[in-house]
Amino acid sequence: MIMIFGIPAPLLFGQLLLGLINGAFYAMLSLGLAVIFGMLNIINFAHGALFMMGAFAAWMLLQYCGIGYFPALIVAPLIIGAFGILLEKTLIRHMYKLDHLYGLLLTFGLSLVIEGLFRNYYGSSGLPYQIPHVLEGAANLGFMFLPVYRGWVVAAALVVCFATWAILEKTSLGATLRAATENAQLVQAFGVDVPRVITLTFGGGVALAAFAGVLAAPIYSVNPNMGDNFINTVFAVVVIGGMGSILGAILTGFGLGVIEGLTKVFWPQASATVVFVVMVIVLLTMPRGLFGKRA
Amino acid sequence: MSEMTHAHGLIASSRTRGWFGFSNPQLFAFVVLVTLIVLNGIWPLLYPIFLMRVLCMALFACAFNLMIGYVGLLSFGHAAFFGMGGYVAAWTIKFWHVDAVVAILLGGATGAALGLVLGYLAIRRSGIYFAMITLALAQMVYFFCLEAPFTGGEDGIQQVPRGHLFGVINLNHDASMYWVVAAIFIAGFLLVHRIIHSPFGQVLKAIRENEPRATSLGYRTDDYKLIAFILSSMLSGVAGGTKAIVFGIATLTDVHYSTSGEVVLTTLLGGLGTVFGPVVGAAVVTAMENYLAQFGSWVTVTQGAVFVICVLAFRRGIVGEIGAALKLGL
Repeated sequence: MIMIFGIPAPLLFGQLLLGLINGAFYAMLSLGLAVIFGMLNIINFAHGALFMMGAFAAWMLLQYCGIGYFPALIVAPLIIGAFGILLEKTLIRHMYKLDHLYGLLLTFGLSLVIEGLFRNYYGSSGLPYQIPHVLEGAANLGFMFLPVYRGWVVAAALVVCFATWAILEKTSLGATLRAATENAQLVQAFGVDVPRVITLTFGGGVALAAFAGVLAAPIYSVNPNMGDNFINTVFAVVVIGGMGSILGAILTGFGLGVIEGLTKVFWPQASATVVFVVMVIVLLTMPRGLFGKRA
Repeated sequence: MSEMTHAHGLIASSRTRGWFGFSNPQLFAFVVLVTLIVLNGIWPLLYPIFLMRVLCMALFACAFNLMIGYVGLLSFGHAAFFGMGGYVAAWTIKFWHVDAVVAILLGGATGAALGLVLGYLAIRRSGIYFAMITLALAQMVYFFCLEAPFTGGEDGIQQVPRGHLFGVINLNHDASMYWVVAAIFIAGFLLVHRIIHSPFGQVLKAIRENEPRATSLGYRTDDYKLIAFILSSMLSGVAGGTKAIVFGIATLTDVHYSTSGEVVLTTLLGGLGTVFGPVVGAAVVTAMENYLAQFGSWVTVTQGAVFVICVLAFRRGIVGEIGAALKLGL
């Protein structure tokens, strides 16, 4: 057996892969948070709850409508994105004129309501969601076995992250969006319907969380607390990366996932806290975050 | 921060200050509060255990209010101090057999020490980032408590004896425990009030209103914020320690971030930056939990809904609204 740093290679690569998968979720979630924050100046505390709703939407689509995994990857984000738009239209829009912290409190309240309702109707034990047949099994890469589904998750997350990046940085829609982030009044004067742009941005960020939720459904059991487990770490990721940059959010997400995976190999007890330790170090050395803009 | 503390303008503008920095209406409210606490000790109208829980929560919320209401920083990690204070108080009284007061003070010292470390890191940022950093740091404390041997992991520290006060008074009687909790609460409440109305507290308010200006006047604003954070976390530790001893148990729930959320809700519902808001909020939130406990997850749903309603329509909170209606700073 090949050994690396006295660790069997399959174990090392296995944990690395697990880290990459967690990193994929961190990246998708912190990306959504960063996009929403950029446009709405609100930290969406309900992001974890919406991620969970994405997973539940996939489960329900299969259970009640017989719609399988791949259609669900598109349909669930659309449904939850629409729900996000509804939230923005009815509740969140009242927060824009207020202190940013009220947005945090409102979305925190929303996450309590959503998670409480799901816990009430579906319990907290978790519901199974099968891996689709095409993605079952494992591929032998020579140095390790790669479960196909896990490889798929990392690949899909990478594609979605970079697609988001490309839309924001390389298209005219993205240019409008970035301009509205910088100076909403001026963009409005140019005839852009800024409130609609804001609504759609929120919907988009939420859809991203829901997409991550569908990807997560077969890996973690679908349960009301699944977002809870992620969201705190994702906040730390956001603090580390700084919310100024889209690429920064993606890189930080994946990077921290890998660091977490490696810690699991060398010092398992510390793996739950390593992200927070990194956050402390970053705060001490560069308080604005790795990719943060200067104020 | 200015929007969050609008309700507070009333307090700043009330000119007449009497005993202990209380304005006359505040003094009246304080006397009513103390009378209620004392009367309930003599003729228990409400279940003493319930009231003790309200008082612990009220002290916790007063401590939290010191940060949000007067420094303008929203901490989403106060459960770390509350929970760790509880663990240390429970552990010392159970295994070291210390006096109840010593255990509670050790809980407070733990809160303060932890507050020094977490506060030192968190005050580097403000606003939303401060909230996220405190949340993340408290999550780290939570994971530590989950793994550390002395906390008992998922089981917590159970069957904690209440012990004796000054080695004499047996606290196993709810009545005697009640007086201890009441005394701790009133002392903590007055301490917070004293801090706010001290020259130190005035500087805190100046920082909240305009930090660059406070800096230009020569104040080391970071030091002031850190000291306020330590005081706040110390009192949270005292509240947590007291609660652990009253209920004879210290568990992970008290370090979990839902407890941080609960203290935010308590203070928001009562009125951010008001003197009596946290107390009223604690009574309402604890009563709500008590009566809804049988409905399981509906507690969370209701709490979330109250959050949403408060933020949308009711930002001054109960006491803030009453104060605004009566044109008084309560």
